[in-house]
Amino acid sequence: MSDAGEAIARAHREAWAQVVAALARRFGDLDIAEEMTAEAFATAVERWPADGVPPNPAAWLTTTANRKAIDRVRREAKREEKHREARMLAGPPEPPGAIGDDRLRLIFTCCHPALAMEARVALTLRMVGGLTMPEIARAFLVQEPAMGRRITRAKAKIKAAHIPYRVPSREDLPARVTGVLAVLFLIFNEGYLASDPGKEAIRADLTAEAIRLTRLLRALMPADGEVTGLLALMLLTEARGPARVSPDGELVTLDEQDRGRWDRELIAEGHALVRERLATGEPPGRYQILAAINAVHTDARDIRDTDWSQVLALYDLLVQVDPSPVVRLNRAIAVAELDGPQAALTELAGLPLDDYHAFHACRAELLRRLGRREEARAAYDRAIALSGNSAETAYLVRRRDHG
Amino acid sequence: MAQYLMSVLDDTTNSATPEEMTAIRAYNERLQANGHWVFAGGLAAPATATVIDGRHGEAVLTDGPYLESKEYVGGFWIIEAADLDVALRLAAEGSRHCNRRVELRPFLG
Repeated sequence: MSDAGEAIARAHREAWAQVVAALARRFGDLDIAEEMTAEAFATAVERWPADGVPPNPAAWLTTTANRKAIDRVRREAKREEKHREARMLAGPPEPPGAIGDDRLRLIFTCCHPALAMEARVALTLRMVGGLTMPEIARAFLVQEPAMGRRITRAKAKIKAAHIPYRVPSREDLPARVTGVLAVLFLIFNEGYLASDPGKEAIRADLTAEAIRLTRLLRALMPADGEVTGLLALMLLTEARGPARVSPDGELVTLDEQDRGRWDRELIAEGHALVRERLATGEPPGRYQILAAINAVHTDARDIRDTDWSQVLALYDLLVQVDPSPVVRLNRAIAVAELDGPQAALTELAGLPLDDYHAFHACRAELLRRLGRREEARAAYDRAIALSGNSAETAYLVRRRDHG
Repeated sequence: MAQYLMSVLDDTTNSATPEEMTAIRAYNERLQANGHWVFAGGLAAPATATVIDGRHGEAVLTDGPYLESKEYVGGFWIIEAADLDVALRLAAEGSRHCNRRVELRPFLG
Protein backbone atom coordinates (compact mmCIF):
# COMPACT_ATOMS: atom_id res chain seq x y z
CA MET A 1 0.00 0.00 0.00
CA SER A 2 1.25 3.52 -0.78
CA ASP A 3 2.07 5.97 2.01
CA ALA A 4 -1.10 7.91 1.30
CA GLY A 5 -3.12 4.68 1.26
CA GLU A 6 -1.70 3.66 4.60
CA ALA A 7 -2.32 7.11 6.06
CA ILE A 8 -5.94 6.98 4.93
CA ALA A 9 -6.43 3.50 6.40
CA ARG A 10 -4.88 4.65 9.67
CA ALA A 11 -6.98 7.83 9.75
CA HIS A 12 -10.07 5.73 9.12
CA ARG A 13 -9.23 3.55 12.11
CA GLU A 14 -8.22 6.34 14.41
CA ALA A 15 -10.21 9.39 13.38
CA TRP A 16 -13.52 8.26 11.85
CA ALA A 17 -15.48 8.42 15.12
CA GLN A 18 -13.87 11.72 16.05
CA VAL A 19 -14.90 13.38 12.77
CA VAL A 20 -18.46 11.97 12.86
CA ALA A 21 -18.83 13.01 16.50
CA ALA A 22 -17.56 16.54 15.94
CA LEU A 23 -19.95 17.05 13.03
CA ALA A 24 -22.88 15.51 14.85
CA ARG A 25 -22.43 18.02 17.64
CA ARG A 26 -21.98 20.99 15.38
CA PHE A 27 -24.87 20.21 13.03
CA GLY A 28 -27.13 18.29 15.39
CA ASP A 29 -27.79 15.72 12.68
CA LEU A 30 -26.36 12.21 12.42
CA ASP A 31 -27.18 11.89 8.71
CA ILE A 32 -25.13 14.92 7.79
CA ALA A 33 -22.34 13.83 10.14
CA GLU A 34 -22.12 10.36 8.62
CA GLU A 35 -22.41 11.35 4.96
CA MET A 36 -20.02 14.30 5.11
CA THR A 37 -17.43 12.24 7.00
CA ALA A 38 -17.63 9.58 4.30
CA GLU A 39 -17.24 12.30 1.65
CA ALA A 40 -14.25 13.80 3.42
CA PHE A 41 -12.56 10.39 3.36
CA ALA A 42 -13.40 10.05 -0.34
CA THR A 43 -11.77 13.43 -0.95
CA ALA A 44 -8.71 12.28 0.98
CA VAL A 45 -8.46 9.25 -1.30
CA GLU A 46 -8.40 11.61 -4.31
CA ARG A 47 -6.13 14.27 -2.92
CA TRP A 48 -3.60 12.76 -0.53
CA PRO A 49 -1.71 10.67 -3.11
CA ALA A 50 -1.09 13.82 -5.20
CA ASP A 51 -0.94 16.57 -2.54
CA GLY A 52 0.75 14.52 0.16
CA VAL A 53 -0.59 13.49 3.55
CA PRO A 54 -1.51 16.54 5.67
CA PRO A 55 0.47 16.97 8.91
CA ASN A 56 -2.66 16.43 11.02
CA PRO A 57 -4.95 14.03 9.11
CA ALA A 58 -7.77 14.12 11.68
CA ALA A 59 -7.92 17.92 11.64
CA TRP A 60 -7.80 17.96 7.82
CA LEU A 61 -10.68 15.48 7.64
CA THR A 62 -12.76 17.39 10.20
CA THR A 63 -12.24 20.69 8.38
CA THR A 64 -13.06 19.13 5.03
CA ALA A 65 -16.17 17.39 6.36
CA ASN A 66 -17.27 20.60 8.08
CA ARG A 67 -16.92 22.61 4.89
CA LYS A 68 -18.94 20.05 2.95
CA ALA A 69 -21.62 20.02 5.63
CA ILE A 70 -21.92 23.82 5.60
CA ASP A 71 -22.26 23.75 1.79
CA ARG A 72 -24.98 21.17 2.04
CA VAL A 73 -26.87 22.98 4.79
CA ARG A 74 -26.70 26.21 2.75
CA ARG A 75 -27.99 24.45 -0.34
CA GLU A 76 -30.85 22.92 1.61
CA ALA A 77 -31.62 26.19 3.36
CA LYS A 78 -31.81 27.95 0.01
CA ARG A 79 -33.95 25.24 -1.50
CA GLU A 80 -36.36 25.12 1.38
CA GLU A 81 -36.20 28.90 1.87
CA LYS A 82 -35.86 28.35 5.53
CA HIS A 83 -33.25 29.59 7.86
CA ARG A 84 -32.30 26.15 9.01
CA GLU A 85 -28.64 26.97 8.89
CA ALA A 86 -28.71 29.37 11.82
CA ARG A 87 -30.62 26.90 13.96
CA MET A 88 -28.42 23.95 13.11
CA LEU A 89 -25.14 25.74 13.53
CA ALA A 90 -26.15 26.77 17.03
CA GLY A 91 -26.10 23.10 17.99
CA PRO A 92 -27.83 21.53 20.94
CA PRO A 93 -27.34 23.27 24.27
CA GLU A 94 -24.67 21.78 26.46
CA PRO A 95 -25.92 20.82 29.92
CA PRO A 96 -23.79 22.19 32.74
CA GLY A 97 -21.10 19.87 34.02
CA ALA A 98 -21.17 17.60 30.99
CA ILE A 99 -18.10 15.41 30.77
CA GLY A 100 -16.12 13.91 28.00
CA ASP A 101 -15.49 13.94 24.41
CA ASP A 102 -17.79 14.16 21.40
CA ARG A 103 -17.12 10.50 20.73
CA LEU A 104 -18.59 9.58 24.10
CA ARG A 105 -21.77 11.50 23.24
CA LEU A 106 -21.90 9.64 19.94
CA ILE A 107 -21.55 6.25 21.65
CA PHE A 108 -24.31 6.98 24.15
CA THR A 109 -26.62 8.20 21.41
CA CYS A 110 -26.03 5.12 19.24
CA CYS A 111 -26.57 2.80 22.22
CA HIS A 112 -29.70 4.55 23.49
CA PRO A 113 -32.08 2.12 25.23
CA ALA A 114 -35.08 3.47 23.27
CA LEU A 115 -33.56 1.86 20.14
CA ALA A 116 -33.90 -1.84 19.43
CA MET A 117 -30.76 -3.82 20.28
CA GLU A 118 -30.08 -4.71 16.64
CA ALA A 119 -30.38 -1.03 15.70
CA ARG A 120 -27.91 -0.08 18.44
CA VAL A 121 -25.42 -2.63 17.18
CA ALA A 122 -25.72 -1.52 13.55
CA LEU A 123 -25.59 2.18 14.39
CA THR A 124 -22.56 1.78 16.66
CA LEU A 125 -20.64 -0.17 14.01
CA ARG A 126 -21.49 2.45 11.35
CA MET A 127 -21.20 5.73 13.25
CA VAL A 128 -18.49 4.90 15.79
CA GLY A 129 -16.72 2.00 14.09
CA GLY A 130 -16.82 3.41 10.57
CA LEU A 131 -17.76 0.05 9.04
CA THR A 132 -19.53 0.34 5.70
CA MET A 133 -23.11 -0.76 5.24
CA PRO A 134 -22.09 -3.85 3.17
CA GLU A 135 -19.57 -4.83 5.85
CA ILE A 136 -22.16 -4.62 8.62
CA ALA A 137 -24.76 -6.43 6.53
CA ARG A 138 -22.29 -9.23 5.78
CA ALA A 139 -21.21 -9.52 9.41
CA PHE A 140 -24.78 -10.13 10.53
CA LEU A 141 -25.86 -12.02 7.43
CA VAL A 142 -28.56 -9.49 6.65
CA GLN A 143 -29.34 -8.22 3.15
CA GLU A 144 -27.74 -4.85 2.54
CA PRO A 145 -30.99 -2.94 1.88
CA ALA A 146 -32.46 -4.37 5.10
CA MET A 147 -29.43 -3.26 7.07
CA GLY A 148 -29.63 0.16 5.40
CA ARG A 149 -33.28 0.50 6.42
CA ARG A 150 -32.43 -0.51 9.99
CA ILE A 151 -29.84 2.26 10.26
CA THR A 152 -32.00 4.83 8.48
CA ARG A 153 -34.93 4.06 10.76
CA ALA A 154 -32.75 4.38 13.86
CA LYS A 155 -31.39 7.74 12.73
CA ALA A 156 -34.93 8.95 11.96
CA LYS A 157 -36.07 7.96 15.44
CA ILE A 158 -33.11 9.70 17.08
CA LYS A 159 -34.11 12.88 15.26
CA ALA A 160 -37.90 12.70 15.65
CA ALA A 161 -37.95 11.52 19.26
CA HIS A 162 -35.18 13.94 20.29
CA ILE A 163 -32.78 11.34 21.60
CA PRO A 164 -30.17 13.65 23.11
CA TYR A 165 -26.58 13.94 21.92
CA ARG A 166 -24.85 13.97 25.24
CA VAL A 167 -23.42 11.93 28.05
CA PRO A 168 -26.32 10.83 30.30
CA SER A 169 -26.97 12.53 33.61
CA ARG A 170 -25.24 11.16 36.68
CA GLU A 171 -28.36 9.26 37.83
CA ASP A 172 -28.79 7.55 34.44
CA LEU A 173 -25.09 6.94 33.82
CA PRO A 174 -24.49 3.52 35.43
CA ALA A 175 -27.46 1.91 33.64
CA ARG A 176 -26.54 3.57 30.37
CA VAL A 177 -22.89 2.45 30.56
CA THR A 178 -24.17 -1.07 31.18
CA GLY A 179 -26.26 -0.70 28.02
CA VAL A 180 -23.25 0.41 25.96
CA LEU A 181 -21.19 -2.52 27.28
CA ALA A 182 -24.00 -4.92 26.36
CA VAL A 183 -23.85 -3.66 22.75
CA LEU A 184 -20.06 -4.05 22.59
CA PHE A 185 -20.19 -7.51 24.18
CA LEU A 186 -22.87 -8.59 21.74
CA ILE A 187 -20.68 -7.52 18.80
CA PHE A 188 -17.77 -9.42 20.33
CA ASN A 189 -19.80 -12.56 20.96
CA GLU A 190 -21.25 -12.54 17.46
CA GLY A 191 -17.67 -12.63 16.20
CA TYR A 192 -16.49 -15.10 18.81
CA LEU A 193 -19.23 -17.68 18.45
CA ALA A 194 -21.16 -16.90 15.30
CA SER A 195 -24.75 -17.95 15.77
CA ASP A 196 -25.37 -18.88 12.16
CA PRO A 197 -24.39 -22.36 10.98
CA GLY A 198 -23.45 -21.10 7.51
CA LYS A 199 -20.83 -18.70 8.84
CA GLU A 200 -17.25 -19.20 9.90
CA ALA A 201 -17.03 -20.27 13.54
CA ILE A 202 -14.94 -17.28 14.54
CA ARG A 203 -15.03 -14.00 12.71
CA ALA A 204 -11.96 -12.09 13.75
CA ASP A 205 -13.18 -8.90 12.08
CA LEU A 206 -16.04 -8.54 14.56
CA THR A 207 -14.06 -9.48 17.67
CA ALA A 208 -11.29 -7.10 16.65
CA GLU A 209 -13.81 -4.32 16.05
CA ALA A 210 -15.47 -4.91 19.43
CA ILE A 211 -12.06 -4.75 21.13
CA ARG A 212 -11.16 -1.57 19.27
CA LEU A 213 -14.43 0.10 20.31
CA THR A 214 -14.02 -1.04 23.92
CA ARG A 215 -10.46 0.33 23.95
CA LEU A 216 -11.89 3.64 22.77
CA LEU A 217 -14.52 3.59 25.51
CA ARG A 218 -11.85 2.82 28.11
CA ALA A 219 -9.76 5.73 26.90
CA LEU A 220 -12.83 7.94 27.34
CA MET A 221 -13.95 6.47 30.70
CA PRO A 222 -10.75 5.17 32.33
CA ALA A 223 -12.22 5.17 35.86
CA ASP A 224 -15.17 2.93 35.05
CA GLY A 225 -14.36 -0.53 36.40
CA GLU A 226 -16.81 -2.38 34.20
CA VAL A 227 -15.46 -0.81 31.00
CA THR A 228 -11.99 -1.99 31.98
CA GLY A 229 -13.43 -5.35 33.03
CA LEU A 230 -15.10 -5.88 29.67
CA LEU A 231 -11.91 -4.98 27.79
CA ALA A 232 -9.93 -7.45 29.92
CA LEU A 233 -12.58 -10.13 29.37
CA MET A 234 -12.46 -9.62 25.59
CA LEU A 235 -8.66 -9.67 25.47
CA LEU A 236 -8.38 -12.85 27.54
CA THR A 237 -11.06 -14.52 25.40
CA GLU A 238 -9.54 -13.35 22.11
CA ALA A 239 -6.12 -14.58 23.26
CA ARG A 240 -7.39 -18.16 23.15
CA GLY A 241 -8.91 -17.71 19.69
CA PRO A 242 -6.04 -19.37 17.74
CA ALA A 243 -6.44 -22.58 19.78
CA ARG A 244 -10.22 -22.65 19.84
CA VAL A 245 -10.94 -24.21 16.45
CA SER A 246 -9.06 -27.22 15.07
CA PRO A 247 -7.71 -27.27 11.48
CA ASP A 248 -10.77 -29.27 10.41
CA GLY A 249 -13.14 -26.70 11.88
CA GLU A 250 -14.06 -28.35 15.15
CA LEU A 251 -14.45 -26.48 18.41
CA VAL A 252 -11.65 -27.30 20.85
CA THR A 253 -12.68 -27.03 24.49
CA LEU A 254 -10.48 -25.40 27.11
CA ASP A 255 -9.13 -28.68 28.46
CA GLU A 256 -7.95 -29.83 25.00
CA GLN A 257 -6.54 -26.56 23.70
CA ASP A 258 -2.88 -26.24 22.75
CA ARG A 259 -1.96 -23.50 25.18
CA GLY A 260 1.23 -22.77 23.27
CA ARG A 261 -0.97 -21.19 20.62
CA TRP A 262 -2.54 -18.70 22.98
CA ASP A 263 -1.61 -15.07 22.34
CA ARG A 264 0.76 -14.20 25.20
CA GLU A 265 0.67 -10.47 24.51
CA LEU A 266 -3.10 -10.25 24.79
CA ILE A 267 -2.98 -12.37 27.95
CA ALA A 268 -0.37 -10.09 29.53
CA GLU A 269 -2.48 -7.03 28.71
CA GLY A 270 -5.64 -8.66 30.05
CA HIS A 271 -3.92 -9.74 33.27
CA ALA A 272 -2.57 -6.22 33.78
CA LEU A 273 -6.11 -4.81 33.48
CA VAL A 274 -7.48 -7.36 35.97
CA ARG A 275 -4.69 -6.45 38.43
CA GLU A 276 -5.42 -2.77 37.91
CA ARG A 277 -9.04 -3.36 38.95
CA LEU A 278 -8.09 -5.53 41.93
CA ALA A 279 -5.76 -2.79 43.15
CA THR A 280 -8.64 -0.29 43.39
CA GLY A 281 -10.34 -2.41 46.06
CA GLU A 282 -13.73 -1.44 44.61
CA PRO A 283 -16.38 -4.17 44.54
CA PRO A 284 -16.23 -5.73 41.06
CA GLY A 285 -19.16 -5.89 38.66
CA ARG A 286 -20.12 -8.69 36.32
CA TYR A 287 -17.53 -8.08 33.60
CA GLN A 288 -14.69 -7.64 36.08
CA ILE A 289 -15.54 -10.96 37.73
CA LEU A 290 -15.76 -12.72 34.35
CA ALA A 291 -12.40 -11.21 33.42
CA ALA A 292 -10.90 -12.46 36.69
CA ILE A 293 -12.23 -15.98 35.96
CA ASN A 294 -10.59 -15.84 32.54
CA ALA A 295 -7.39 -14.58 34.15
CA VAL A 296 -7.30 -17.72 36.32
CA HIS A 297 -7.78 -19.93 33.26
CA THR A 298 -5.11 -18.16 31.21
CA ASP A 299 -2.73 -18.31 34.16
CA ALA A 300 -2.65 -22.12 34.14
CA ARG A 301 -0.09 -24.05 32.09
CA ASP A 302 -2.61 -26.83 31.54
CA ILE A 303 -6.08 -27.77 32.66
CA ARG A 304 -4.82 -29.74 35.72
CA ASP A 305 -2.86 -26.70 36.82
CA THR A 306 -6.04 -24.58 36.95
CA ASP A 307 -6.89 -23.11 40.33
CA TRP A 308 -10.49 -24.37 40.38
CA SER A 309 -11.17 -23.27 43.95
CA GLN A 310 -10.35 -19.73 42.85
CA VAL A 311 -12.65 -20.13 39.83
CA LEU A 312 -15.46 -21.39 42.07
CA ALA A 313 -14.95 -18.53 44.55
CA LEU A 314 -15.26 -16.06 41.67
CA TYR A 315 -18.43 -17.77 40.42
CA ASP A 316 -19.88 -17.53 43.93
CA LEU A 317 -19.21 -13.79 43.75
CA LEU A 318 -20.77 -13.63 40.29
CA VAL A 319 -23.93 -15.42 41.45
CA GLN A 320 -24.41 -12.60 43.97
CA VAL A 321 -24.19 -9.97 41.23
CA ASP A 322 -26.06 -11.97 38.59
CA PRO A 323 -28.03 -14.97 39.89
CA SER A 324 -29.13 -16.01 36.39
CA PRO A 325 -29.39 -19.72 35.44
CA VAL A 326 -26.59 -19.36 32.86
CA VAL A 327 -24.19 -18.17 35.57
CA ARG A 328 -25.21 -21.12 37.74
CA LEU A 329 -24.60 -23.44 34.81
CA ASN A 330 -21.04 -22.14 34.42
CA ARG A 331 -20.51 -22.37 38.16
CA ALA A 332 -21.51 -26.04 37.99
CA ILE A 333 -18.59 -26.68 35.61
CA ALA A 334 -16.19 -25.50 38.33
CA VAL A 335 -18.06 -27.63 40.86
CA ALA A 336 -17.49 -30.67 38.63
CA GLU A 337 -13.73 -30.09 38.68
CA LEU A 338 -13.63 -29.72 42.46
CA ASP A 339 -16.33 -32.08 43.74
CA GLY A 340 -16.89 -34.41 40.80
CA PRO A 341 -19.55 -34.83 38.10
CA GLN A 342 -22.31 -36.07 40.41
CA ALA A 343 -22.18 -32.91 42.55
CA ALA A 344 -22.29 -30.78 39.40
CA LEU A 345 -25.24 -32.73 38.01
CA THR A 346 -27.14 -32.02 41.22
CA GLU A 347 -26.40 -28.31 40.75
CA LEU A 348 -27.84 -28.44 37.23
CA ALA A 349 -31.10 -30.09 38.25
CA GLY A 350 -33.99 -27.70 37.95
CA LEU A 351 -32.20 -24.94 36.03
CA PRO A 352 -34.74 -23.55 33.52
CA LEU A 353 -32.39 -23.90 30.55
CA ASP A 354 -34.04 -26.63 28.51
CA ASP A 355 -33.73 -24.58 25.30
CA TYR A 356 -30.07 -23.70 25.80
CA HIS A 357 -27.53 -25.84 23.90
CA ALA A 358 -24.73 -25.29 26.44
CA PHE A 359 -26.90 -26.66 29.25
CA HIS A 360 -27.36 -29.96 27.41
CA ALA A 361 -23.71 -30.07 26.32
CA CYS A 362 -22.65 -29.66 29.94
CA ARG A 363 -25.10 -32.32 31.18
CA ALA A 364 -23.94 -34.68 28.43
CA GLU A 365 -20.32 -34.28 29.47
CA LEU A 366 -21.12 -34.92 33.14
CA LEU A 367 -23.25 -37.99 32.31
CA ARG A 368 -20.47 -39.31 30.09
CA ARG A 369 -17.96 -38.98 32.93
CA LEU A 370 -20.36 -40.86 35.18
CA GLY A 371 -20.60 -43.65 32.59
CA ARG A 372 -24.35 -43.08 32.05
CA ARG A 373 -23.98 -43.61 28.31
CA GLU A 374 -27.61 -43.69 27.18
CA GLU A 375 -28.50 -40.50 29.02
CA ALA A 376 -25.30 -38.83 27.80
CA ARG A 377 -26.16 -39.69 24.21
CA ALA A 378 -29.66 -38.22 24.54
CA ALA A 379 -28.20 -35.03 26.04
CA TYR A 380 -25.67 -34.72 23.19
CA ASP A 381 -28.50 -35.15 20.68
CA ARG A 382 -30.43 -32.35 22.33
CA ALA A 383 -27.35 -30.07 22.43
CA ILE A 384 -26.62 -30.74 18.74
CA ALA A 385 -30.22 -29.98 17.79
CA LEU A 386 -30.06 -26.62 19.59
CA SER A 387 -26.55 -25.49 18.60
CA GLY A 388 -26.26 -23.14 15.64
CA ASN A 389 -22.49 -22.95 15.43
CA SER A 390 -20.77 -25.25 12.93
CA ALA A 391 -17.58 -25.81 14.97
CA GLU A 392 -19.53 -26.54 18.09
CA THR A 393 -21.81 -29.02 16.32
CA ALA A 394 -18.76 -30.86 14.93
CA TYR A 395 -17.29 -31.10 18.43
CA LEU A 396 -20.55 -32.37 19.96
CA VAL A 397 -21.02 -34.99 17.25
CA ARG A 398 -17.51 -36.36 17.85
CA ARG A 399 -18.05 -36.45 21.60
CA ARG A 400 -21.36 -38.25 21.18
CA ASP A 401 -20.06 -40.82 18.72
CA HIS A 402 -16.53 -41.44 20.00
CA GLY A 403 -16.61 -40.34 23.64
CA MET B 1 -38.47 21.71 24.01
CA ALA B 2 -40.29 18.84 22.41
CA GLN B 3 -43.79 17.55 22.98
CA TYR B 4 -44.69 13.91 23.46
CA LEU B 5 -47.94 11.98 23.55
CA MET B 6 -48.03 9.49 26.37
CA SER B 7 -50.83 6.97 25.75
CA VAL B 8 -52.00 4.77 28.58
CA LEU B 9 -52.50 1.18 27.42
CA ASP B 10 -55.35 -0.62 29.14
CA ASP B 11 -57.61 -3.61 28.68
CA THR B 12 -60.47 -2.75 31.04
CA THR B 13 -62.56 0.41 31.34
CA ASN B 14 -63.01 2.65 34.36
CA SER B 15 -60.51 0.45 36.07
CA ALA B 16 -58.48 3.01 37.98
CA THR B 17 -58.70 2.35 41.72
CA PRO B 18 -59.03 5.23 44.20
CA GLU B 19 -55.35 4.74 45.11
CA GLU B 20 -54.35 4.99 41.45
CA MET B 21 -56.48 8.14 41.01
CA THR B 22 -54.75 9.75 44.00
CA ALA B 23 -51.33 8.83 42.59
CA ILE B 24 -52.27 10.17 39.14
CA ARG B 25 -53.45 13.48 40.63
CA ALA B 26 -50.19 13.89 42.55
CA TYR B 27 -48.24 13.09 39.38
CA ASN B 28 -50.26 15.66 37.40
CA GLU B 29 -49.53 18.32 39.99
CA ARG B 30 -45.81 17.58 39.74
CA LEU B 31 -45.93 17.78 35.94
CA GLN B 32 -47.59 21.19 36.24
CA ALA B 33 -45.19 22.47 38.90
CA ASN B 34 -42.17 21.45 36.81
CA GLY B 35 -43.41 22.88 33.54
CA HIS B 36 -43.95 19.53 31.77
CA TRP B 37 -47.75 19.63 31.66
CA VAL B 38 -49.57 20.37 28.41
CA PHE B 39 -52.79 18.35 28.65
CA ALA B 40 -54.13 15.06 29.93
CA GLY B 41 -57.37 13.15 30.11
CA GLY B 42 -59.01 9.78 30.56
CA LEU B 43 -61.11 8.32 27.76
CA ALA B 44 -64.46 6.55 27.90
CA ALA B 45 -64.72 2.92 26.82
CA PRO B 46 -63.90 2.09 23.16
CA ALA B 47 -67.52 0.94 22.72
CA THR B 48 -68.58 4.60 23.04
CA ALA B 49 -66.56 5.57 19.96
CA THR B 50 -67.99 6.50 16.55
CA VAL B 51 -65.92 6.29 13.37
CA ILE B 52 -66.75 9.03 10.85
CA ASP B 53 -65.74 8.84 7.19
CA GLY B 54 -66.38 12.21 5.55
CA ARG B 55 -64.10 11.68 2.58
CA HIS B 56 -66.83 10.94 0.06
CA GLY B 57 -69.62 13.47 0.38
CA GLU B 58 -72.04 12.78 3.18
CA ALA B 59 -70.33 11.41 6.27
CA VAL B 60 -70.73 7.71 6.95
CA LEU B 61 -70.95 6.83 10.63
CA THR B 62 -69.88 3.54 12.15
CA ASP B 63 -70.74 2.62 15.69
CA GLY B 64 -67.69 1.48 17.66
CA PRO B 65 -63.92 1.68 17.40
CA TYR B 66 -62.15 1.25 14.06
CA LEU B 67 -60.04 -1.52 15.45
CA GLU B 68 -61.07 -4.37 17.71
CA SER B 69 -58.13 -5.07 19.93
CA LYS B 70 -57.50 -6.45 23.35
CA GLU B 71 -55.60 -3.35 24.40
CA TYR B 72 -56.56 0.21 23.69
CA VAL B 73 -55.76 3.74 24.74
CA GLY B 74 -57.47 4.38 28.06
CA GLY B 75 -56.19 7.90 28.52
CA PHE B 76 -53.26 10.12 27.65
CA TRP B 77 -50.89 12.85 28.66
CA ILE B 78 -49.29 15.41 26.42
CA ILE B 79 -46.03 16.46 28.01
CA GLU B 80 -43.24 18.84 27.21
CA ALA B 81 -39.64 17.80 27.79
CA ALA B 82 -36.15 18.92 26.78
CA ASP B 83 -35.36 15.58 25.14
CA LEU B 84 -36.24 11.88 25.13
CA ASP B 85 -34.23 11.10 28.26
CA VAL B 86 -36.35 13.54 30.28
CA ALA B 87 -39.56 12.28 28.64
CA LEU B 88 -38.63 8.66 29.35
CA ARG B 89 -38.16 9.42 33.03
CA LEU B 90 -41.54 11.18 33.17
CA ALA B 91 -43.17 8.28 31.31
CA ALA B 92 -41.68 5.73 33.71
CA GLU B 93 -43.13 7.71 36.60
CA GLY B 94 -46.48 8.05 34.84
CA SER B 95 -46.61 4.32 34.16
CA ARG B 96 -45.89 3.59 37.81
CA HIS B 97 -48.52 6.04 39.09
CA CYS B 98 -51.37 4.96 36.81
CA ASN B 99 -50.25 1.32 37.12
CA ARG B 100 -50.46 0.74 33.35
CA ARG B 101 -48.01 0.49 30.46
CA VAL B 102 -47.66 3.69 28.48
CA GLU B 103 -46.56 4.38 24.91
CA LEU B 104 -44.41 7.46 24.40
CA ARG B 105 -44.47 9.09 20.99
CA PRO B 106 -43.00 12.38 19.81
CA PHE B 107 -45.06 14.99 18.03
CA LEU B 108 -43.81 15.98 14.58
CA GLY B 109 -41.67 19.07 14.31
